[in-house]
Amino acid sequence: MFDFEKYIKPETIDETIKYISENSDARLIAGGTDILINLKKGKFENLTLIDIHDIKELKFIKIDDNKNILIGSGTTFLNIIESDIIKKHIPMLIKAASSVGGPQIRNIATIGGNICNGVTSADSASSLFALNAVLILKGINGKREIPISDFYLGHGKVDLKETEILIGFKITPNNYKGYFGHYYKYAMRNSMDIATIGCAVSLKINHGVFQDYRIAYGVAAPVPMRCLKTEKAVINQKISNELLNKISNMVEKEVNPRTSWRASKEFRMNIIKELSKRVTKKILISVGEKI
Amino acid sequence: MFQEISFILNGKKRKFNIDVRKSLFEILREYAGIKSVKQGCKVGECGACSVLVDDVLIDSCIFLGLWADGKKIKTLEGQAKQGKLSKVQQAYVNEGAIQCGFCTPGFIMATTSFVKKNKQKNVTIDEIKKNHAGNLCRCTGYQNILKAVKKSLRN
Repeated sequence: MFDFEKYIKPETIDETIKYISENSDARLIAGGTDILINLKKGKFENLTLIDIHDIKELKFIKIDDNKNILIGSGTTFLNIIESDIIKKHIPMLIKAASSVGGPQIRNIATIGGNICNGVTSADSASSLFALNAVLILKGINGKREIPISDFYLGHGKVDLKETEILIGFKITPNNYKGYFGHYYKYAMRNSMDIATIGCAVSLKINHGVFQDYRIAYGVAAPVPMRCLKTEKAVINQKISNELLNKISNMVEKEVNPRTSWRASKEFRMNIIKELSKRVTKKILISVGEKI
Repeated sequence: MFQEISFILNGKKRKFNIDVRKSLFEILREYAGIKSVKQGCKVGECGACSVLVDDVLIDSCIFLGLWADGKKIKTLEGQAKQGKLSKVQQAYVNEGAIQCGFCTPGFIMATTSFVKKNKQKNVTIDEIKKNHAGNLCRCTGYQNILKAVKKSLRN
């Protein structure tokens, strides 16, 4: 039995917003893979649960007329893994979605929940950072859009205003067309584990020269992050092993991992440095570059 | 907080007046008499309570009972038809992929879902492992389970 006091099941986004505004301390439940466990542990008292699990308006993957890829917040990782649109345009997100938990979790957990939880280890977060994903939010004052990098305020804290709900994600064509990306999750087990470090790289290459380079990490700081100084130093540079070593040395100065029972700060730093090279190299090799 | 729900359980329509705070796992065991779902970890890590909801594999311990309303639920009890085991069940028997048996119903549902998606496909051992990673066997009889999954794919 789950420990909640009041249960509301809206049918639409607008109804949800209305209920959130009437119950300011309510929590939303979508896939439930995090909140139901916390409910069992008795982490909330007298909780009002607003159930958005079945809201169809939040479940979509589509491309609009401006070639933006739109992903609904209620889209499960299974939906992402099986989507032809994602497979064709942003395969790195499939890699990220496939590394979440195990099959039963991927089949029900949503990408919106993964992000709104505000945790740095969220597997989809670093890829969405590297893709410059924009979040579409809606509240009683209407819709607004915000870059994912501005959404994270701190550990477990995201910029969801009082009556707001996350509708979905927008990835504009200038952030995926011509880009190649990869996500690598370093964890103690291949499945059913939380990332010790997650690393996403997305890059654009022309005749052996980086046109663009983006590197994002999970668990390298209290929130998912990009290494912007490193990225800037890579753009317009030629592919070389020296450059890879430079990337690895530069990211070290930008990240801020911590020691936890999962891994020490020093060990995490080692993984962060190694993954910068390994993930970049993997993409370069996959597109036929010699290195 | 009670609400009436109905779902198709192993092919038969069932109606229940449920406490909305209960998990599907609790509905199945307490209301529907389905005893194949086992409580291992209660937090969606061991897969012993796995069932199919509209043919999607889920952990029934972290699934609200209400979400089953209007859906098709399949459990181990519905796998054998007229006393004849399903191909997956038979493969588990033939390969001796059972030790204490506690994890078996969950594993069989995971394999049933995997086989449906990958019939006649050439899948690697890694793919089989990845798709059964949400099920734990404390007796660690994984080798025979892998053999049973491979056999189920061939049949």
